[in-house]
Amino acid sequence: MSGTRTIEVQLSTTGLAPDGTPQRVPLAVDTAGHLVPVGAALPAVEPDLGGEHMLINIGPQHPATHGVLRLVLELDGETVVRCTPHIGYLHCGFEKIGEYRQYNQIIPWTDREDYLNSIGNNVAFVLSAERLFGIEITPRCTVLRVIAMELSRIISHLVWVGTTAIDIGAFTPFLWAFQERENVYNLLEGWVGARLTTSATRVGGMAADLPDGWLDGLRNFVRTFPRTIDEVDRMLTKNGIWVGRTLGLGAMGAAEAVNHGLSGPMLRASGVAYDVRKDEPYLDYETYDFDVPVGTAGDVYDRYLVRMEELRQSVRILEQAMRRLPDGPVNVDDPRVILPPKHKATSGMESMIHHFKLVMEGPRPPIGECYVPVESPKGEKGYYLVSDGTSKPVRWRIRPPSFVNLSAIPKMVEGHLLSDVIAINASIDIVMGEIDR
Amino acid sequence: MSDARVITAGGALPADAPAPATPRRVPHRGGAENPSVAALRAQFGGAIGRSEVVWGETTAFVARERLLDVVRWLHADPHQRYDYLVDVTAVEFRDAGQPLQVVWHLRSLPHRRFLRLKVELAPEGPLSVPSVVPVYQSADWLEREVYDMFGIGFDGHPDLRRILMWEQYREGHPLRKDFPLRGRFSRSEQLRQALAANPEAHYSMNELTVAEAFGDLPRDVQERLAAGERTGE
Repeated sequence: MSGTRTIEVQLSTTGLAPDGTPQRVPLAVDTAGHLVPVGAALPAVEPDLGGEHMLINIGPQHPATHGVLRLVLELDGETVVRCTPHIGYLHCGFEKIGEYRQYNQIIPWTDREDYLNSIGNNVAFVLSAERLFGIEITPRCTVLRVIAMELSRIISHLVWVGTTAIDIGAFTPFLWAFQERENVYNLLEGWVGARLTTSATRVGGMAADLPDGWLDGLRNFVRTFPRTIDEVDRMLTKNGIWVGRTLGLGAMGAAEAVNHGLSGPMLRASGVAYDVRKDEPYLDYETYDFDVPVGTAGDVYDRYLVRMEELRQSVRILEQAMRRLPDGPVNVDDPRVILPPKHKATSGMESMIHHFKLVMEGPRPPIGECYVPVESPKGEKGYYLVSDGTSKPVRWRIRPPSFVNLSAIPKMVEGHLLSDVIAINASIDIVMGEIDR
Repeated sequence: MSDARVITAGGALPADAPAPATPRRVPHRGGAENPSVAALRAQFGGAIGRSEVVWGETTAFVARERLLDVVRWLHADPHQRYDYLVDVTAVEFRDAGQPLQVVWHLRSLPHRRFLRLKVELAPEGPLSVPSVVPVYQSADWLEREVYDMFGIGFDGHPDLRRILMWEQYREGHPLRKDFPLRGRFSRSEQLRQALAANPEAHYSMNELTVAEAFGDLPRDVQERLAAGERTGE
């Protein structure tokens, strides 16, 4: 189009009301002249301009699809008419491989599936395996695992807020979030010796107890970390651009979200107060004092608010866990699953045979099956294990929360603009390693 | 639904119901059975087979023909309200004589109940069960995955095609026990197929029906589409 156009801006300073108070900023005007969120300003039915629909492909090698997700979109102008996700580019057959591995040998595979939550997956897997073996873990191990899971949640949510902010156009929170994530990884490195692929748990216990002084590092992190949450909060929550790009997008109602099987922050943002830690507790979560944030609109903005509040609640849980961490053994006293101490295995005949049998043959659970759900940062994750009495599971099924959450994306993006697909996709918090497995 | 804006888990329970707690010393077999199984037996009689409680979780075996009715009833009955489909999966045992099991994990958020439904499929019989997509939207991709990995059909599924493997994948269904861990074809055969693949095949037949793309397609793909082919197999 030739010539210049003048666009009247509603607010000269985005994010501030005329009297200077921060507010959620409406960035558009509807036909009646009222200020409304951007998404709502679109007329319900666009005029038919007689154009052809266009097929556009995003991914699988696109930075904004957070991995190798491929979306094929049918567009009418800029509006998405139909969305077909394609997955499987990262499929490695984890569940098949698990049928050829002993229970402890599966733990390294759980690292690699939702790799932002690797230590959380380690814990989730052994919780399932221990139910199958009929093992009750020690009090110290229980609290250590709570610390592991909450650190894992913090890592995952930090990556989420950082990358989502980049997708929407804010670079700074990414740097702040990744600095804190680095601090958590340093803690994990001090504990289990690995940063990303932790393999920290064993059936019946942990690979390692905390080293001396580790809790001081955690205490320091818990003291300083809320400052970063506040900074990100100040940067984004009342930011006009952020609000304009997230408010009203991809909204899912409560009943709809339940029917689509959403879980985790996605489900709670839609107004469903369901958190596995509260409703199907494990690791004594019912004895910790924490709140479950619940949204109302179920849009991208509410999902952001829910995740930010979960970061704060995780800090609360960490504080309580540090206070109550009891002394005592980490591993259960159960020769069926726990290796004898190394000095005994190399000096005594019985212990050496025991060590050999456990390593070569592996522990055998009784015939049975179980599904133990946990609240992963992405949602309800659970491992369904079926045993036929041998040392390798007949079936190792991962209930992947990102997979089910992503399956609702056609419903969430249809009718929205192409640019909003990126924000909605980011809000699901997908990890393709978990989706494709 | 009037109360659809906010749903609280456990909302249908009496106020003095015990708060959920971490399960301890769960018995291997036996223990309290999920009351929904007795209700199912009263409602459906012989369609409900045996039931068992293993590690505190209740499993009910259902006749294949009645599965969709059972699930519909569990979803709608005010005393059950299994509104959340956790998972759909399948189990094949190492003993080839044992039937395949298709597994549904259902959860009632209002009543805080968890129920496992199973349908057994004889290895020689037809490998298909009714789809529960009419009741739960979340079943869509989960059923596609079971179809992809086990070759079990879901009657009434709106779009049953492979999901993790690509649509032209011809080696079979990877999670079946007769499928070798490294795949059926040799590495050289897999490479040959990958190099010979038609780039158009990266779009599903469904997407290629979009008007604008159609004219650019190779002639043979146009003809296959015109003949109503959708799976790309």
